[in-house]
Amino acid sequence: MALDTAAVKRIARLARIAVPESELPHLAGEISGILKWVEQLDAVDTAGVEPMTSVVAVTLPMREDEVTDGGISEKVLANAPDPARGFFTVPKVVE
Amino acid sequence: MPSLTHLTIAGARAGLAAREFSARELAEAHVKALEEIRPLNAFITETAEQALAMARASDARLARREAGWLEGIPLAIKDLFCTDGVRTTAASRILGNFVPPYESTVTANLWRQGAVMLGKTNLDEFAMGSSNMTSAFGPVESPWRRKGDNRKLVPGGSSGGSAAAVAARAALGAIGTDTGGSIRQPGALSGIVGLKPTYGRCSRWGVVAFASSLDQPGPMTRTVRDAAIMLRAMAGHDPKDSTSVPRPVPDYEAALTGDIRGLRVGIPREYRIDGMPAEIEALWQQGIAWMKAAGCEIRDISLPHTKYALPAYYIVAPAEASSNLARYDGVRYGLRVEGESLIDMYEKTRGAGFGAEVRRRVLIGTYVLSAGYYDAYYIKAQKVRARIAEDFDAAYRQVDVILTPATPGPAFAIGEKMDDPIAMYLNDVFTVPVNLSGLPGISVPAGLTADGLPLGLQLIGRAFDEETLLRAADVVERAAGFAALPATMAS
Repeated sequence: MALDTAAVKRIARLARIAVPESELPHLAGEISGILKWVEQLDAVDTAGVEPMTSVVAVTLPMREDEVTDGGISEKVLANAPDPARGFFTVPKVVE
Repeated sequence: MPSLTHLTIAGARAGLAAREFSARELAEAHVKALEEIRPLNAFITETAEQALAMARASDARLARREAGWLEGIPLAIKDLFCTDGVRTTAASRILGNFVPPYESTVTANLWRQGAVMLGKTNLDEFAMGSSNMTSAFGPVESPWRRKGDNRKLVPGGSSGGSAAAVAARAALGAIGTDTGGSIRQPGALSGIVGLKPTYGRCSRWGVVAFASSLDQPGPMTRTVRDAAIMLRAMAGHDPKDSTSVPRPVPDYEAALTGDIRGLRVGIPREYRIDGMPAEIEALWQQGIAWMKAAGCEIRDISLPHTKYALPAYYIVAPAEASSNLARYDGVRYGLRVEGESLIDMYEKTRGAGFGAEVRRRVLIGTYVLSAGYYDAYYIKAQKVRARIAEDFDAAYRQVDVILTPATPGPAFAIGEKMDDPIAMYLNDVFTVPVNLSGLPGISVPAGLTADGLPLGLQLIGRAFDEETLLRAADVVERAAGFAALPATMAS
C-alpha cells in the first residue's frame, strides 16, 4: 500500500515524532517501498494458523504479590531531565 | 610469551592460573590496546579505571584460589546493556547522558564470575542496523581491509563495536545482542565467532529493548571454546525476565569433544538464493565437505517459508520497537526538548532524539499496529512466523543441526547500501529466520574472499541444544583453521 505525505504525517502524530515537512515526501516513498515489499506475505497460506506470540513454550511464572523493592526515589529520579521536589515534571496540561 | 592481547580466553585463563602474568598486567595490556584502536571508533565509553580496579580484585581472588570462570578476563560490553553508574546510550541521542542506577543481569553474571569491564561498545542506534552506520556516535570502522584497497569497511551490525574490538585484539571477548543477526552477521564480517543462544537462555533484564520477542544476548569471541566459556557465565534463569527459562546451565565447554560422527546435518535448499556470490556457495560446499569428513551424515532439507522471513521480520520487529520505544518521552530520563504543550514536548523530543533508521522503523511499527491495519500486517506476520517455526520443527525431525552461510556477502564499504533500506535488510537473510523461531545459531569464521575479507558459516541448532551446536561449530572451526588477521590490530 502506498502512503502519501498526509498519511505519513498522521502516523508521525500517532508515534509522537515531529517530522519536518520537507522530509515527508522522501519518508513516504521509503515507507511505501517497505510496505509494498512486505505485502509478499499475502502469498502465504495461513488459513487455520494461530499467530505466534511466543517462541518458547513456557507458562508465565506466578509469584506472590508483595513489595520487593522501593525507597529509592533518588535513584529513580537521578536521570530525570527536570525533577522537582521528588517528582517528574511536564509542561502544564490543564489551564 | 605471546602478546597478552592476542590470547584466547581459554589461554588467558590458563596463564592466569599458572601465574605467568597477573590480571592487572592483562588489564593494562588491554587498556593500552583500547588507545591503539581508537581510530576504529569501536567504543562509546572506555572504562579503564574500572578495568584496573576489577583486575586488582581478580588478582586477590586468584591468590585466594577463589577464581570465577572468567576471573581477570577483559571484556567489551555492547552499549545496550545497562551498567550501574556507567553511561549507557544505545548509540542514541535520545538516551542523552543516561547513567543506569542498576546492572543488567547478564553483565552482573559476568562480573560475578570475575570478568573485567573494558568499556561500552558502539552499535547501530537501538541495535537497528547491519552496518553500525546508524549510531549517533558515528560509524565503526572494520579493522579489515580488502587487499590492495584502502577503503574503510563496515564491521557489520548491530554489534559492530563489539566485533571490531574483539577482531582488533582490544578485548578477549565481548557481548552483543542478536535480534535479526546482530551478533552473527558482524561476527562473520569481522572474522570472529558470534553465538546467538536460544531465546530465553540469557536474561534480557537490563538490556535496552528493541524487539522483545526476538532480542537475545550472546558472546562474541575469537574461538568457539571461548564462546562456550562465556555462555556458561552469561546464561541462566532470572526471575526478573519472565521469558528467561528455568533450565539448568550445562558446562558448554565440556561439550566440545571433537566427535560429531553420526551427526545429521541439514542443508536447506532455500538458502541458495539468487545472486549469491560464487565464493559464498563455494564456502558452503567446503563446510559440507568438512562435516562429511568428520563423519556427519549430510541431508538435503527444505525450509519452504524461508523467503518470507525477512518481510515478516520487518513487520514484527518494528511493531515491537514502536511499542518499546514509546517510553522515550522526555519525562523520566534521557533527552528533553521543551515544547508548548505536553504533546509538543513529546514530538520535539522524539523528533530530535531518534535517528533516521529508528524513526523509519517506529513509523512502520506504528502503522502496522494501527486500527484497520493490525490484522492485515501484524497478525498476518505472526502467522507467517508460525509457519517459519514449523519448517524448522519439521526439519529437526530429520536432522540435528543445520549448516548455512552466515551472510550473503562479505563486509562492504562505509556508506554503501545506505540509500536503499531493503538492500541493507538483505544482509540478514540467513540469520533472521533463526530469531523468528527462537533457535540458537552460531557463525564461525571459515574462509576469505579473493580480496582477503572474512566469510562465515552458520550452524543452527535445536532449541536449548547449544551443546550440540557448539560441538559441531568447534569441529568446523578446527577444519577451517581460520588464521587470517585484520589490517588493524593492537600490538
